[in-house]
Amino acid sequence: MFKVTVIIKRRPSILDPQGKAVEKGAAHLGLTNIKDTRIGKFIEFNVDIDDKKTAEQEVKDYCTKLLSNPIMEDYEFTLSEGTPSEEKSA
Amino acid sequence: MNTKFGVVVFPGSNCDHDAYYALKKILHSDVTFLWHKENDLQNSNIIILPGGFSYGDYLRCGAIARFSPIMNSVIDFANKGGLVIGICNGFQILLEAGLLPGVLLKNKSLQFICKDVYLSVENRDTIFTRDIEAGRILKLPIAHGEGNYFADKETLKSLTDNNQIVFKYSSADGEISGKYNPNGSSLNIAGIINKKGNVLGMMPHPERVADPVLGNVDGSIILNSIINNF
Repeated sequence: MFKVTVIIKRRPSILDPQGKAVEKGAAHLGLTNIKDTRIGKFIEFNVDIDDKKTAEQEVKDYCTKLLSNPIMEDYEFTLSEGTPSEEKSA
Repeated sequence: MNTKFGVVVFPGSNCDHDAYYALKKILHSDVTFLWHKENDLQNSNIIILPGGFSYGDYLRCGAIARFSPIMNSVIDFANKGGLVIGICNGFQILLEAGLLPGVLLKNKSLQFICKDVYLSVENRDTIFTRDIEAGRILKLPIAHGEGNYFADKETLKSLTDNNQIVFKYSSADGEISGKYNPNGSSLNIAGIINKKGNVLGMMPHPERVADPVLGNVDGSIILNSIINNF
């Protein structure tokens, strides 16, 4: 069993109007040094396979066939062993 | 052969009844609903993927609907040359399914836009547009948050070269410019067709302007064109 985290980002060539709108909020807050805000997705799940390579292939299929659209998005993922640790908040 | 329309119903579809009503009550066509969990197209010879918010638009518009059991049959049907028209969310599903190229991004303004727009008909040599007289500009409503058509340069060139751009946003006189582009779409694209000419995707809603009581029947020209030229 692996814990997987996936980050999906818009490809650099794709305009992100949402990021721009959020950045305007930052300017209203007086945070004038914030630049190039881009908004993506963070997805986490478990994959119930023991062999790392097989698990990676399954995750890759999930990422390319459903979680991301290669025309507008790039993805990256990390696998970590063991069951997910409890969420910690600051 | 008579036309038989099949309107696919996904959880979250909300223009399925409009399409059914326009075809059945206004155009007196044979039409049936097709539930997304089924895989039998019930002998339909034209499939409509209606507008709405299939699967809550979760992940990306159309991304999950594309894997519904009925879509395997629709993709198979389209690949064999069957007629498919995707409207609004249906267009998004066709793109996710790879039956048409490109994607629909969030509107440039970030706003959900619900208004009438004018469309220049760029290709009248399709079953969907054959009955639209030359020079006629259509007025149809749009209602979407994600209708900003995007594709890479090569794809846009190929769409243009192969005459696959069917509708472009325009002025009432047919002028095509950024001023009349409601959502930021590349080349003012409002609707495209596949190379074979059997799969059409469009953001505007023809089914919403088919009943004369609403004061505009431009949508019925498209629906009638299918029926008359089938």
